[in-house]
Amino acid sequence: MKRVAICAVAQHQIGSNIWDKRFQGMLMDVLEGVQEQTGFTFGGENGVKNVVTCSDDFFDARTISDNAVNDVVGAANYRGEQKMAQEGLNGIGYAMASILSGHDDVIYLAGHCKESYSVSRNQITNMAYDPFYCRCLGLDYLNAAGLQARAYMGKANITEEQLAKVVVRARQWAARNAYANEKTQLHPGDVMYSSVLCDPIRSLHAYPVSDGAVAMLLASEERAHEFTDNPIWITGFGNCLDSYFMGTRDLASNDTLNNAAGQAYKMAGLKQPRKSINLVEVMDCYAYQQPMWLEGLGLCDEGSGGSFIDEHGPARYNVNLSGGMLAGRPLMIGGLYGVAEAVLQLKGQADEHQASDVNCAVIQSTTGGAGQHQAVVVLER
Amino acid sequence: MSKKKNRNVGIIGIGMTEISSHKENQNQPEMINEAVRAALADAGITMKDIDCVVHGNMELFEMVHQPDMWHAIGTGALGKPSFRITTGGTTGMTLIAASDNLVASGMYDVIMAIGFNKLQEAGSTTGGITNMSDPLWYRHFQTGALTSTSANMTIEEFGEERARRAAMKHRIMMDKHACLNKRAHRRLGLEYNQAEDLMKKSPVLIGELRLIHMCSQSDGACVMIMASEEKAKKISKKPVWIRDHIGVHREETASNVYFPILSENSHRAAARKLFERNGITNPIEYFDVFEMYDPSAWWGIEWLRDFLLLEGDQAIKMVEDGEFDLDGKIPVNPSGGVTASNPISATAMLKPAEVALQIRGDAGDHQLKRKVRHGLASGFGGAMWTELMILEKDLNW
Repeated sequence: MKRVAICAVAQHQIGSNIWDKRFQGMLMDVLEGVQEQTGFTFGGENGVKNVVTCSDDFFDARTISDNAVNDVVGAANYRGEQKMAQEGLNGIGYAMASILSGHDDVIYLAGHCKESYSVSRNQITNMAYDPFYCRCLGLDYLNAAGLQARAYMGKANITEEQLAKVVVRARQWAARNAYANEKTQLHPGDVMYSSVLCDPIRSLHAYPVSDGAVAMLLASEERAHEFTDNPIWITGFGNCLDSYFMGTRDLASNDTLNNAAGQAYKMAGLKQPRKSINLVEVMDCYAYQQPMWLEGLGLCDEGSGGSFIDEHGPARYNVNLSGGMLAGRPLMIGGLYGVAEAVLQLKGQADEHQASDVNCAVIQSTTGGAGQHQAVVVLER
Repeated sequence: MSKKKNRNVGIIGIGMTEISSHKENQNQPEMINEAVRAALADAGITMKDIDCVVHGNMELFEMVHQPDMWHAIGTGALGKPSFRITTGGTTGMTLIAASDNLVASGMYDVIMAIGFNKLQEAGSTTGGITNMSDPLWYRHFQTGALTSTSANMTIEEFGEERARRAAMKHRIMMDKHACLNKRAHRRLGLEYNQAEDLMKKSPVLIGELRLIHMCSQSDGACVMIMASEEKAKKISKKPVWIRDHIGVHREETASNVYFPILSENSHRAAARKLFERNGITNPIEYFDVFEMYDPSAWWGIEWLRDFLLLEGDQAIKMVEDGEFDLDGKIPVNPSGGVTASNPISATAMLKPAEVALQIRGDAGDHQLKRKVRHGLASGFGGAMWTELMILEKDLNW
């Protein structure tokens, strides 16, 4: 199979309430960031003809949220545009397919989300539940995660101390990442005795409300050299949907992520992912999810996520050197920020949080309650 | 094969619900499930054969966030790769274009695309569409999709009498087609001799746009199954081939702010580019059927000129001469079009679905008498954007 390159990425500084800039302004900044690096345009025979955007009608409080961004993603001047309405990492898979299909050889991809626009993100995710049986119970992505946290922590013997380690480490790395949102340093005790948000999830186990925008340029193998001397290759993609009713699911199971990761590893030809992968970005909206998704990606044995933390597994695999979701990333584009981080790491441009000797990264993201939909991307230098 | 495509993609299954104003006996996943089962039966396969599911609607209409999560109980996507791709009014067509890309890429062999809206649960579609506009600059001006601009421009160019008669002729022709389509929502039984009366008495929505000109708000789902050439030939006796597709955006509301005013609308730009790269010099001669997304009769007569690259009064004259009728020079909307049926995110999928059924010869009572080999289907969305797709009976272009 031919390869697709990510030529350049641009991240907007993440904040908990970017009140002084509309999302259009944030998207304009990242567009200019990618154009400065690559010199790409939307004009002429060789310009970008199709754009993939990632945004959400609910978080933007607009029907057809992509309509509001056409100008600032370059589509309004007779270009095509399609919106990935799932978590942005799926947009990478779709943009990759568009190039592999032969329809396109360059795609500009941009995503935005301003969680601060909404009064309550839990109110939004409550609307993801069916209006008849689940919505009226008050289910949302937070308390779905609470149910899953309880089930998984029991299965993998996860302790409060281990979760505190995950959060403390996330903040330490965030302090070195210029784009990260929450950099306040914590002691384990701060985490372990923070207020209960949704039992057993504590307030410092949860990702902070975040605003951000991220963009990148993807190109075919033939054209990547026009935009960069240092392309990063998308070698694997997979995603998978779990069942909806939580009563029909084993919430501690990683079947869906195993499936998505299996597809991505197969496409990338990774026969021994534990040996090949040396950089990981997981979408840890809540602290328990970091060990759980690392199990799902096959980086440690099923049910061993707790001991993996104690044995410094996350440090060994360079997990979330950006700080990850726990240092603040917007919900709909957390995976895209993960890709942007991994691209910088693989290019050797991650500045103060640069890892040494990394050449194969895996990025995971999730949509829906308690990880109902999972997506995985493999990037290689 | 299109010179750039990695591999050919064929449509092998089509399923749709009856389109109606209320589906109170079905919730959203149940309505989708009906179309999913119909498409699988049409293709003669089961969910086991589907590699990936692509889903789309406008979620604020039904107020369900990330509805593909709940709909998993009706779509059959459980345990499968799945995407959710939306583009407003064009969503249904975008899902087919996206499926074409996903299959042509080699990543998936067989894909199911699901477009739906249950607008009765939305309450007011016009309110929902108005919610699209910028809250600071445009929301106060916008009236959803209700606009008299197209009518005013057509009247200015051709005079009141001729323009109003042409719009009404198009509307009644659409209704005559819809009356032959048992799945169409509004089948009013209009006759051409009612035109004068309707032109004067149908309630005014805004300016020159009257209720009779405007599309409905409907409930319904459409599902299509696409496969790689190798699989399509194995599974289907009558695959219909997706030759090419194009998406073209032109932001109307903000163009004065950010860009110079662009002279060509997105429909004409899409048609010009798509036909040029496929070597089609005379679309009226080439295509045997055109399913057009015509949200109102006024837009219908305006956009026929753009899509078919006509000039001056050529399109109006063709309307007057009945050249877009089922036995005309190029039949337009044998399904009855959008003024008859409009479950929005399925609407733009009903266009390629109808063209594919016409090419297969399976359209039923509204099947064209002529041989249908080459079809064109359009979608319209947003402030102003276009998806345009060419479908073929034979793999010989």
